[in-house]
Amino acid sequence: MRSMLKTSAAAFAILAGTMGAVSADGLTGDLKIFLDTSNPAPRATMEQMIEQFQAKNPDLNIETTVIDREAYKTQIRNFLTANAPDVATWYAANRMRPYVEAGLFEDVSDLWAEPAIADNLASTKGAMTIDGKQWGVPYTYYQWGVYYRKDIFDELGLSEPTTWEEEKANCQKIIDAGKKCYTIGTKFLWTAGGWFDYLNMRTNGFDFHMDLLTGKASWQSDEVRKTFANWRELIDMGAFIDNHQTYSWQEALPFMVQGDAAAYLMGNFAVAPLRDAGLTDDQLDFYQFVEITPGIEKAEDAPTDTFHIPANAQNKEAAREFLRFVVSPDVQTEINNGKNLGQLPVNAQSSVDDDKFLVEGFEMLSTNSPGGVAQFFDRDAPAEMAKVAMEGLQEFMVKPDNLDKILARLDRARERIYK
Amino acid sequence: MAQESVAQDHQSSWWHRNQQQLTPWLFLAPGILFFLFYVIFPIFQSFNLSLYEWDGLGKAEYVGLYNYEELYWDEAFYTSLKNNVIWLLLYLLAIPAGLFIALFLNQTVTGIRLYKSLFFFPFVISQVVVGLVFTWFYDPTFGILNVLLGAVGLPPMNVLGDENWVTVGIIVAGLWPQTAYCMILYLTGLNAVDPEQIEAGRLDGAKGWKMLWYIIVPQLRPATFIAFVVTIIGALRSFDLISVMTNGGPFGASRVLSFYMFEVALSEYGFRMGYGAAIAVVLFLIMLAFIAYFLWSMYKEEKAR
Repeated sequence: MRSMLKTSAAAFAILAGTMGAVSADGLTGDLKIFLDTSNPAPRATMEQMIEQFQAKNPDLNIETTVIDREAYKTQIRNFLTANAPDVATWYAANRMRPYVEAGLFEDVSDLWAEPAIADNLASTKGAMTIDGKQWGVPYTYYQWGVYYRKDIFDELGLSEPTTWEEEKANCQKIIDAGKKCYTIGTKFLWTAGGWFDYLNMRTNGFDFHMDLLTGKASWQSDEVRKTFANWRELIDMGAFIDNHQTYSWQEALPFMVQGDAAAYLMGNFAVAPLRDAGLTDDQLDFYQFVEITPGIEKAEDAPTDTFHIPANAQNKEAAREFLRFVVSPDVQTEINNGKNLGQLPVNAQSSVDDDKFLVEGFEMLSTNSPGGVAQFFDRDAPAEMAKVAMEGLQEFMVKPDNLDKILARLDRARERIYK
Repeated sequence: MAQESVAQDHQSSWWHRNQQQLTPWLFLAPGILFFLFYVIFPIFQSFNLSLYEWDGLGKAEYVGLYNYEELYWDEAFYTSLKNNVIWLLLYLLAIPAGLFIALFLNQTVTGIRLYKSLFFFPFVISQVVVGLVFTWFYDPTFGILNVLLGAVGLPPMNVLGDENWVTVGIIVAGLWPQTAYCMILYLTGLNAVDPEQIEAGRLDGAKGWKMLWYIIVPQLRPATFIAFVVTIIGALRSFDLISVMTNGGPFGASRVLSFYMFEVALSEYGFRMGYGAAIAVVLFLIMLAFIAYFLWSMYKEEKAR
């Protein structure tokens, strides 16, 4: 009797297994997808991609909800606990930690064990890993770096700098010509985080930067002070546009378009609005952030956007299949091309679009970032710390003399937040 | 006939006997229920929550008065508190400003209705629009404010980027619609001013300021009271303008308590429900002082009648 039960159970398991394999091509039930890609272009891309998935799985009833990108950041807390979708977008690294720790994201390490993903997505695995498990898959990422006005550089006889001295010398010439070196809008704080990321990674290296953002290093240490001293050199030169604390990053774009500022340290998403504003590819170019401390391995910011399965999802089978679909080489090539997201594909088998910034960015991230790849200031540090710290960075940019007060405040916050 | 009705009264149900007393309660019941559920209950919930440390997701941890101790050491809290006081004081300017506009508009000329509606216009449009309009007005590079300052030979200023000016700048934006509100209150009040008293005052030689202060303003007391109430409450819950115009910046200099509460508990980087609740409790206590005063003076007035 017992053995019979066992065999029938085994048979059932096999049956279920084969059924699972069959249904991979013919999934049924409902699949609820929540997206934060509310800007017109990404939204169209996502909807198109989901349509393709629907065409492959005609029996699946897919329901897509697009939520405003900013509103999504607060709504996610509600919908993950009550009425969870089957698939939801979010961000990698520490930004997903609160939900992982609250048990609201599904462990998808099994997907990462499959060769199709394990072999081709290795570069982003670290960003998706917490406590040795993977909690989602990436669908796009993009480089950061200095976007500059090539025509202004040519006019002033400047070339792309590679060292800190060259960077400052260039900047001095730009200022002497009556322009500003960098445009920036720090109203929403995070843009200052980008500057700090680069200055600190170049001054002290990737590992120290991570120690600082994860609370292991002190904000009052000599290393951090050195970073701020470097930053201050630029501030004292008058390198940044005035009144940047009043502008958002979009409001800071016109300074560059009109030629009042020569460069912008930004993510690749700044290229599209700059082109829309009328800058051609002859006027616009890109260089990697310069070396500061000689000999320190360069590391880059490359924020990754991700898909997750909420722990309370109803149709996890279909959700997993959707995740496999999203990261597959062809889909990755398609959704990240210049006509769609205009970013970098996460799958090593995909091809990068012919866009000059994407090619250069991909090259930089794959060959010239030996130190490591960071997500971004507010994704690597816990949310609370990021908020306090970025406020301090903005204050420093406006009132560099307050540095001691700011650093003391950040260290107090560190003791509270990471205890 | 009379005998019949007495007999009916005698047998009538409990409901019939108490109808008079019960009906008002029945009509009030939906309101009371919603008030209890959406106002009173959350107040106690906030009091309770302020004793916990909770990220809104995981388990809440009881920490006693720790959140309040944190508040005591928190510079940002004092900045917010200070800004709240500035808001309270400066926002009250809407009342005299509204009064003078109302006096000015309280005349019969052709098209006065149009002028009145134009003055009332800022109150009708959304606070978000008001905020945006003023943000552009203040814009240090493209805004008209610096053009005007330049025209009279003053140096340009970045109102929303300067931690000493930013709160005042936002309050000025807030005064625009609030003045319109007070103006409407006074315009209706002026309709009820007794012409005979004005006549009598005139015979006694009252003119100008004296007429205003001793004859008109006392008769506008009810309007003034309401204007006070809405302005003070408006000042304490100022949130949308700050959110639109500066997002609390530069470096937190324009935060008020309600905005700070939102920031620490509910915004993109906020995960401190307990701390937010503690701020809410402080804000509630401040409001309670005013509300108690208003209720008390209303009660006194009712009694005097």
